[in-house]
Amino acid sequence: MSVAELARHEPPGVPRARMMLQRAHWAATAFARYDNERVWRIVEAVAERAYADAEEFGEWAVRETGMGVAEHKRVKNELCSKGIVEAYRGQDFAGPRIDASRKLLELPHPAGVVFALAPSTNPVSTINFKILLSLMTRNAIVVSPHPLARECCVEAARRLAAAAVRAGAPDGAVQVVEEPTIPLIESLMADETTDVILATGGTAVVRAAYRSGNPAIGVGPGNVPALVDATADLAAAARKLIDSKAFDNSILCTNESVAIVEESVAAVFAKELQKAGGHVLDETEVEQVRERLFPAGRIRLDLLGKDASALAAAAELRVPQGTRVLVAPFALAVPEEPLAREKLFPLLGLVTVPDVQRGIQTAQAVLRIGGAGHSAVIHSRNPRAIMAYGVAVPVLRVAVNVGGSTGSAGFDTALAPSMTIGTGFYGRSSVAENLEPAHLVQWTRVAYASDRSVPFDEFEGIDPWSALPDARAAVTRASANGDATDPRDADLVREEIRRIVVEELRELVGR
Amino acid sequence: MYDYGFFSYSSKEDMLERSRAFWNPNKTDFWQESGIDLVIDRREGYLFWDMDGRRLIDIHLNGGTYNLGHRNPELIATLEQAMQRFDIGNHHFPALARTALAEALVATCAPNMRRVIYGSGGGEAIDIAIKTARHTRGCRKIVSIAKAYHGHTGLAVGTGDDRFSKLFLADRPDEFVQVPFNDLEAMEEALRGRDVAAVIMETIPATYGFPLPEPGYLRAVKDLCERYDALYIADEVQTGLMRTGEMWGIAKAGVEPDILVIGKGITGGLYPIACVVVSEECSGWLKEDGFGHISTGGGAELGCVVALKVIEICGRPEVRSMVHYISDRFQSGLRAIQDLYPDWLVGIRQDGVVIGLEFDHPTGAKLVMKHLYANGVWAIFSTLDPRVLQYKPGILLGPELVDEILDRTEVAVAAAYAEVFRTPSRRLVTA
Repeated sequence: MSVAELARHEPPGVPRARMMLQRAHWAATAFARYDNERVWRIVEAVAERAYADAEEFGEWAVRETGMGVAEHKRVKNELCSKGIVEAYRGQDFAGPRIDASRKLLELPHPAGVVFALAPSTNPVSTINFKILLSLMTRNAIVVSPHPLARECCVEAARRLAAAAVRAGAPDGAVQVVEEPTIPLIESLMADETTDVILATGGTAVVRAAYRSGNPAIGVGPGNVPALVDATADLAAAARKLIDSKAFDNSILCTNESVAIVEESVAAVFAKELQKAGGHVLDETEVEQVRERLFPAGRIRLDLLGKDASALAAAAELRVPQGTRVLVAPFALAVPEEPLAREKLFPLLGLVTVPDVQRGIQTAQAVLRIGGAGHSAVIHSRNPRAIMAYGVAVPVLRVAVNVGGSTGSAGFDTALAPSMTIGTGFYGRSSVAENLEPAHLVQWTRVAYASDRSVPFDEFEGIDPWSALPDARAAVTRASANGDATDPRDADLVREEIRRIVVEELRELVGR
Repeated sequence: MYDYGFFSYSSKEDMLERSRAFWNPNKTDFWQESGIDLVIDRREGYLFWDMDGRRLIDIHLNGGTYNLGHRNPELIATLEQAMQRFDIGNHHFPALARTALAEALVATCAPNMRRVIYGSGGGEAIDIAIKTARHTRGCRKIVSIAKAYHGHTGLAVGTGDDRFSKLFLADRPDEFVQVPFNDLEAMEEALRGRDVAAVIMETIPATYGFPLPEPGYLRAVKDLCERYDALYIADEVQTGLMRTGEMWGIAKAGVEPDILVIGKGITGGLYPIACVVVSEECSGWLKEDGFGHISTGGGAELGCVVALKVIEICGRPEVRSMVHYISDRFQSGLRAIQDLYPDWLVGIRQDGVVIGLEFDHPTGAKLVMKHLYANGVWAIFSTLDPRVLQYKPGILLGPELVDEILDRTEVAVAAAYAEVFRTPSRRLVTA
């Protein structure tokens, strides 16, 4: 296709957005030479700004998307500003690493231009998170918000961009696509100036990221099983499950989808769920939920991120005051069972199993339906059960005795605090871990011969960008004619040069 | 066989022979003798290819014509789309695209600017500017800078070097006065008689090798114009459209000109038009006799639509940002080359991506041009000061191409140095 044809077929807005990538590319070349101290001045300033605006954008996101709970979004925005910075403060992704024992010198290289997508479900927290990670690693970032959360994201990104530049970031280090459309996003993902794509969102967009031809870190959806065995502290488990399921109206992909409980404790556990704010539905009510919330077997998208009372109203159910989560018992986790699928609203499936073995199989069945590679939860005090569960369920993180929402996202576990959960090979992703700064920087490994007679060098205290010993010596007419230290020689040389110049000039003029 | 569909040549020699026979023998030969055997074939972005297939990076850009790159895809798409509805239009009538562009241009200029008059090229636009100034002030005299160049048309040629006016018996020394650049006393002397219609200046004189105006000079010239009732015509043909990091270079000098001339890059080298933006005071003849200047191709509407796009692109914050990055990179890169050859590359004149490289040899720039060409870069010497190479990179360059240009420049500078001073160059060995 010719240049003109290409241009003619380009979706509107692409040329302008392509320029954003080019500007980011320039910014990245400048940013790559910053030292860690300058980097962290910027990171701290941006995090502070995001933290200060956490409440405002929590409210704004709920207002704009109609999903989630403002107060919980504030918490997420705070976790994804100060929380993230506290988790990585003191780390250095900009300076050399020296490993004398292995005779390795490692030099960091940022990806360059990060093209980041933010979902409508966790819009501003994801924007905060990806911008901070990019800045920590000296990458320039262009963020593209989900169209449903466009306004809050654009404003949030603009503010962080301004804060970054004020704190010394290169101009254009943080930019935002103001009018995102699917064709536009696909063009930018495929653009040769994009160095890495951070795709968080629906399966379609993640697959598109991987199809783009550019390196991509995309993650699949979740569908979290939570096994509660007979050894669990049932009251605590119920409380944590309900809290996690109610958190931001279940809009995080790490929230529990199906609780799986051992039969011997099922009755007690149901009572504990009730106490914690769950309302366990009877058979008729469950049928009503299937019909009203999953018409023709499909989840009602207009209810995503809505609270339990909205769900109850939609299902025409009467539930006790203060109900935070609807709990729907069902028998078998199979594909045609809507309750066994990912539910981004506070409706928790509940399956009763005879023993842990059967529980593990149910968890596997839940994950066959969706959410492979993502996350699972277990409430247990039996290390053997925990080990068996961990090895058998096809996920890359298991939260133990904590709520899945924040536990798997790393906010109250030792996992990397993250809004992007790697689903690894199970989930058709290139990363298995929670997205962290390390994913955005690669290292040149300067390696010496292992032979013990070869010494390693001393690199301590050498700044990579001013490492060159001396500037090259100037070539002058005197120096180029040999060693003209004797002033009389220099005079002769000058005389000779003058003669040559005059000759040349005559030649040129006579042309 | 070189078959271009529309025409064909059996070889490059055949092409040059026919160029001599049917086009311009002297111009054809001049380049062959200068060591530049260039016949531009395919072009794309900041690259073009000689018909023998050799790739060259363009940092001549025809004085900023290809500011946004050769065959910029956005501009091609715009032009193609425009052709679905428009042609050049009819200059007699109020016109859709001409009016829209006029409004857009006025919005980019100083607040005193009001209207736009169109020509088909820069020379005609300068003629329009001079005619407008003469009508406004009621006198003929025009002051320009010695060694200036504003075009080759009837009046424009009078403002420039007499090499071009005498050839056609078009010199009119009584009407066209020239003063040295950066010389306020001479300027005042020329204006003192209050018989000057206008001073015309390129914000940074291109063909004179981009000598930079001394700080405050342009502002002081404008003050003198005001004191002695002369108008100020800013020729922004080469310094406009973000090349200095601002839409119009003159704005950086804090000068509000009475007339501003725009050409070349305004249509990206696709459908030429030129524009003259004038103040209310200079709009007189447009109200008195609007048919006073007529140009069938002037403000061709296809060109106007392209120009609107050019203005929109140049106005993007991304472009402003990139121009700063590009000029910073060139500044440090060229400084490093100068540090290597301090008695050869003796001057770097730079404002944004308007750059002149001064070599310590009466025709140094011609030599460097030749060696740049041999090393895959096309840049042109300054016609009126061949010591100085015009080095005019595009405003949408990426860092990789900038670095490539700098690498090639270093080699060419070294090779030219070696040729002039007959010394084996250390750098050349590595070339």
